Amino acid sequence: MDSIGGMLRDNAAFLLNGVLTTVGLTILGFVGALLIGTVVAVFRVSPITPLRVVGTVYVEFFRNVPLLTLLILIVFGLPDIGLLFPLFWCGVLGLVLAGSAFICETVRSGINTISVGQSEAARALGMSFGTQLRLIILPQAFRTMVQPLVNNFIGILIGSSLAAAVGVSDITNVTQQLNIRYAEAVVLFLLSGAVYLVFALGAGGVGSWLERLVSQSRIGSAR
Amino acid sequence: MATDTATRVLFDEPGPRGRATIRIATIVAAVIVVLLVAGAVWQFAVHGQLAAYKWQFFTYTAIIQTLVVEGIGNTFLATAVAAVVAFPFGLVLALGRLSRRRVLSRVSTAWIEFFRSMPMILVVYAFLLALPRSGLVLPVFWMLVVPMILVSSASTAEVFRAGIKAVDKGQWEAAQSLGLSPGLVLTTIVLPQAFRIVLPNLLTGLVSLLKDSTLGYVVSYGELMQQGKELVAYYHYMIQTYLVIALIYVLINWLLTRLASWLQARTGTRKTAAAPVAVDLEPAQ
Repeated sequence: MDSIGGMLRDNAAFLLNGVLTTVGLTILGFVGALLIGTVVAVFRVSPITPLRVVGTVYVEFFRNVPLLTLLILIVFGLPDIGLLFPLFWCGVLGLVLAGSAFICETVRSGINTISVGQSEAARALGMSFGTQLRLIILPQAFRTMVQPLVNNFIGILIGSSLAAAVGVSDITNVTQQLNIRYAEAVVLFLLSGAVYLVFALGAGGVGSWLERLVSQSRIGSAR
Repeated sequence: MATDTATRVLFDEPGPRGRATIRIATIVAAVIVVLLVAGAVWQFAVHGQLAAYKWQFFTYTAIIQTLVVEGIGNTFLATAVAAVVAFPFGLVLALGRLSRRRVLSRVSTAWIEFFRSMPMILVVYAFLLALPRSGLVLPVFWMLVVPMILVSSASTAEVFRAGIKAVDKGQWEAAQSLGLSPGLVLTTIVLPQAFRIVLPNLLTGLVSLLKDSTLGYVVSYGELMQQGKELVAYYHYMIQTYLVIALIYVLINWLLTRLASWLQARTGTRKTAAAPVAVDLEPAQ
């Protein structure tokens, strides 16, 4: 027991760094995926054929490629064509590409739940595309998207652990290294597992809170 | 033209001016896409990665044998074995979670919630290091497949639970009023309907399992990724090998996903759409 306490004390900074790397990968990955996913969703439903094709190919590729394969392609493959990024950003890139394909589908089905009458009414009132999107479509679409987006977030959180396999020092990688040095597999597994569990539960909590928040702000709430 | 509701929500039916704008935008977008593709090909060419011998490599019988026969074969084997164990196990967990016996329900819930938010690679590492120390040495195959089963059982349990709950309450009531015992209601009335509902989601679960099997790369079990790693170690055609492998995975998973959506459309139940799907970066869904 003492040795475990000592191990944790000696490596506190190392472990904290791992947790922060996991948080960084997840948050950057999610924000990036949200931005790109939304753009790709608009591509997929736009009346411009080349954009639709690009959107569809993008989603089908990145949704179906295993994340580990994608990360290995980025880390070991891209340098072959002269694209060498720092490891951490390789991880972020992989998470953004894979995550955006899933978020694109979340956003698309969110917009699909809105009745055409809503945007027809908005157009009849003379709203521009941006205003329509900001005031009418996205606020309503967001309401149905909260839960799937939380799932996407948790997916990216869990996916970030695969960055450990290509050498990013996230919490999985850090505990694995300590594992080899101290041979405390069970304690370390539970420790890093707890990190993912806490963040996943936290994300679920924030999700339910957000869902309550947006369901209260029905139409008519002033902006 | 547009079948998607979202298209009609976001974009008005174009008038003459709108159609002209769309035509111009189409041309501009096409040009940009062509330029981007050309840029990517150029990037390959400049670094000598388009050299014919680096790609002809994948037409050699020995290489096809390694990647397709052994690699894909082992990938399918691991996925299939994991699915055969994990899916029934998931059903048991789902029934456990829905059970009225509190202890059973608590234990199943804890198992499901724990493994649902546990990255598989963590379980794999734990197995790789913890088991040999406690004197238990599993073959590499099981080092990969057991973690796959543990993680998949949790997400599949949620798929089954959603499916069982999606069966209309009236079905339970009708069966009970006919005098069927609770066990019979479940096995003859509810589960057959639930199965039909969850079938597409089970296929998505299969895609998740197939993706998880790439961790054979970590445990050195000879599935597709691991075969790729070995080929790269010998021949150093990194980007070519991993690109080919990525395309193989995309093709297989795409076919499975298509099959799932075809089944979904065919059963035509809207209930499935409301069911929560396993967390994948898809987590898949």
